[in-house]
Amino acid sequence: MDSGWLLFATIAVPLTTALIIMTIPSTYKQQVRWVATAAGFTMFVLSVIIFVLYNYKEGGLQFDLRLCWLENVAFLGKDGITLHLAVDGISVPLVLLTGIVIFCGCLISWNIKYRNKDFFILLMLLVSGVFGVFESADLFFFFFFYELAVLPMYLLIGVWGASTDFGTYVRTKEYGAMKLTLYLVAGSALVFIGIFATFVEAGKGTFDLPVLGQVTYSETFQKTFYPFFMLGFGVLAGLWPFHTWSPDGHVAAPTAVSMLHAGVLMKLGAYGILRVGMSLFPEGAEFWAPALLVLGTTGALYGAISAMAQRDLKYVVAYSSVSHMGYVLMGLATLNPIGVNGAVLQMFAHGVMTALFFAMVGAIYDQARVREIWTFGGLTQRMPRFVAFFAIAGLSSLGLPGLAGFIAEFNIFAGLFKTYPLFGALGILTAAITAVYILRLLAAAFFGPLNEKWAHLKEMRLLEQVAGAILIVFIVFMGVWPAPFVDRIAQSVLALPGIG
Amino acid sequence: MDWSLLIPEYILAGWAAMVVSLDLFWGRLRKEQLAYVAAAGALIATLVSLIWVNDSASFGNLLQVDNYATFFRIFFGLIAFFICLASAQYVKDRLLHPGEYYALILLTVIGGTYMAAAKELLTAYISLELLSFSLYVLTSYAKFDLKSNEAGLKFMLLGAFSSAIFLYGMSLVYGVTKTTSFAGIASALSGDTSSIAFALLLGIVLMIAGLGFKVAAVPFHMWTPDAYEGAPLPITAFISAISKAAGFALFLKLFGQAMLPMADDWRWIIAGLSAATMVLGNLVATQQHNIKRLLAYSSIGQVGFMLMGIAALTPHGPSDPASALLLHLAGYVITNLAAFVCVIVYYNQTGKDEIADFGGLAERAPFLALCLTIALFSLAGMPLFAGFATKFILFQAAAQQDLLWLSSIAVFMSLVSLYYYLGIIKQMYLVEPLEKARLPVPRMEYAVVAVLIVGVLLVGLYPQPLFNGVEDATSALFQVTQAAAAAGVGP
Repeated sequence: MDSGWLLFATIAVPLTTALIIMTIPSTYKQQVRWVATAAGFTMFVLSVIIFVLYNYKEGGLQFDLRLCWLENVAFLGKDGITLHLAVDGISVPLVLLTGIVIFCGCLISWNIKYRNKDFFILLMLLVSGVFGVFESADLFFFFFFYELAVLPMYLLIGVWGASTDFGTYVRTKEYGAMKLTLYLVAGSALVFIGIFATFVEAGKGTFDLPVLGQVTYSETFQKTFYPFFMLGFGVLAGLWPFHTWSPDGHVAAPTAVSMLHAGVLMKLGAYGILRVGMSLFPEGAEFWAPALLVLGTTGALYGAISAMAQRDLKYVVAYSSVSHMGYVLMGLATLNPIGVNGAVLQMFAHGVMTALFFAMVGAIYDQARVREIWTFGGLTQRMPRFVAFFAIAGLSSLGLPGLAGFIAEFNIFAGLFKTYPLFGALGILTAAITAVYILRLLAAAFFGPLNEKWAHLKEMRLLEQVAGAILIVFIVFMGVWPAPFVDRIAQSVLALPGIG
Repeated sequence: MDWSLLIPEYILAGWAAMVVSLDLFWGRLRKEQLAYVAAAGALIATLVSLIWVNDSASFGNLLQVDNYATFFRIFFGLIAFFICLASAQYVKDRLLHPGEYYALILLTVIGGTYMAAAKELLTAYISLELLSFSLYVLTSYAKFDLKSNEAGLKFMLLGAFSSAIFLYGMSLVYGVTKTTSFAGIASALSGDTSSIAFALLLGIVLMIAGLGFKVAAVPFHMWTPDAYEGAPLPITAFISAISKAAGFALFLKLFGQAMLPMADDWRWIIAGLSAATMVLGNLVATQQHNIKRLLAYSSIGQVGFMLMGIAALTPHGPSDPASALLLHLAGYVITNLAAFVCVIVYYNQTGKDEIADFGGLAERAPFLALCLTIALFSLAGMPLFAGFATKFILFQAAAQQDLLWLSSIAVFMSLVSLYYYLGIIKQMYLVEPLEKARLPVPRMEYAVVAVLIVGVLLVGLYPQPLFNGVEDATSALFQVTQAAAAAGVGP
């Protein structure tokens, strides 16, 4: 099928753009912005086309594309290693999500002045890795792109990030960058081992996921090696207690990188658990589901409680990401269709929502240069649109009906109550805590009397408004009409082994 | 005997003599031009060696000129080519007697090539000594630098010691198998070895120790950091490339051909060495603040990875790990040369080699910083670059042969290596430069680095051509073994 080249294009466009930007002299900052934004827009359009063209009635893997990369390797079968791209109903919304967030990220990053050429090159590398993971149906390339997405993070955070001064101590951006990189690579080391073991055990001589999925692995093997995937990918998904890179890393990162990282990259982790762990090792997944459930629930509760204790706006958002990713893991652990469905919906919902959150935090930080919640007050009088956008993200986050978060959380909780009612109750408790910290934050920082100190603040930049508006469109779209998402996801979730 | 089989080496030896005479008799010749003359010689010898592709001929039962030898002829010729080019500025500024310097580099290539081509123990030993002696001299070439002298002395004393151990191992193996030819040893070992098991095992262990020294495997690595630190920088790069590559060429040939029938006895020794090497090399590297020492320890760590390829050899399916090893070796050497050339360029301009001195390099020489970053990411095994693909295939090949535990250690040690490589990258990109002035990168070095980086990307993104070459080389290697096994007669 020729349509496979659409997937290829989503990976090739950012890589080519990186090369093009490399040839632009670093003094031509405006041209760099235009090229990057054009690429972002192209990816956005491509991802929308893929989302729309995906035939949900048929389901299964579509847009199949195979390019032989390495053959004639003795221990590999005759196909060797193949760049096998394909998407199913689970990856399609995530591809769309990536397209949305990268476009908005490019718009947000227009205000970067310091070496913006290098910034966009690394950002493009990052996003090509993300697209690659969601679209790979071959474990080698899955892992290739997974590492590619981690590769530029250190420099992106280290060079363009910001340190946070807590008064008694400083969380430097170098610290955040190193912590994030090492945690993620440590996670991928576990995944690496899991891939080796799976390849050897399957004995098929190929890394092709559909082929590996047809093999029945012995129960002991599944139980032994599922945790490698669960924990390895879990690190990236913010699995408690390996989530601590997330707040420090996301807070230190520049706005567009936080958006992409919290919005999309954390989903790579959850997606990996689902795509590799659960679909290859259904029995292992069943055996370890209680552990995933407990860790996920702890993460959700812990993230929410921690968010409540934060004084820094960006830390609140970062901890709320941990908390929301906890929902995703809880949904995956239910192993029933509705819960897993909810988990995938939550990946999308949280992705757009947290991207909006981080974009807004970046917008206020650019002007105020502080993020201390309690020093603000009454900002709505000066920047009404900003407050409105932030409030929409917040309301989606606490699960207001009509916005994306509600649909996702509703499905997850429904799935939980079916199998683990107690944890369903804990999930609802978490949602309640979320409401507390979001509403308290809105009240303290944005409403009430205007703090004169901030009288000079202006409405956010036009590009930030455009980016925010795009994200809001999708939040509302999914909240009001979730059918296109649910249709695509449900079909593929039901096709997974061991769900039901 | 077909004397024409050795034409590339005649060229190299003749060229070496010519370079020395040029230096001697033609005083007006500018010193850096000798580098280009020597590089041209290496390149010509490399091109000439392509004649024997897909051909296999024995030279008096001493050398086998086949695809395996040709692979290494090309490999070593190119290493010498790049080292000569990278040395030009350095030698002109800092060293005396350039003629001998370049001649020795060319002679080292001959030693290395014959280590790969040898088909019996004594030839292998003599080639090893040719390589080692050239390197001893080159290491102490900075005659007025105490560190260089110390490095040369240490290298030579320990080298001589390990050669003796290697020889003793050989003599034991010869004593019980009554032959020095690899094929002969293999067929002797295919039979019943119970009566000679102890002497054999002792011989093998001693040979592992001797070779372990040459490739710098723990616990025989002690010379490496000092030799790397003391030697002139281009020679450090040269040792890290050719000494390891030639060591592994012989290691693979010896254990893939002669000792293969006993693989089940020595695999675990090498697997243990491999684990110790990668753990120690990588952990100690985290504590270094001199870039030469850091690269020395990181190269020890890399040796640990390469030993996995030897440990995964089994009599049943020997060619995958061997191919994976050669692939990783090639990827590593290209990457490491790229990293070293960047360091050499920086050192030529500033005379500094502490990691802290690289602060703000991205501001002062963006191209250099980018290339060094790519090389370091490749060494750490990040995708797009050579390291990812070659490591993946190597670790996978080991996992395939019951060595999943070793692959797991290797994966975590790659993580550790990322940590200290990021330390350098941090200096270059995150730290403010002490001096603002831009560093000029001379055109020749610019081109050398660029070509090597293109190589790193090529291996990382499209390894198929290299892999085909490697497969040809290893299949030539194991044809001999299979023939010996077929003719297998006991002692």
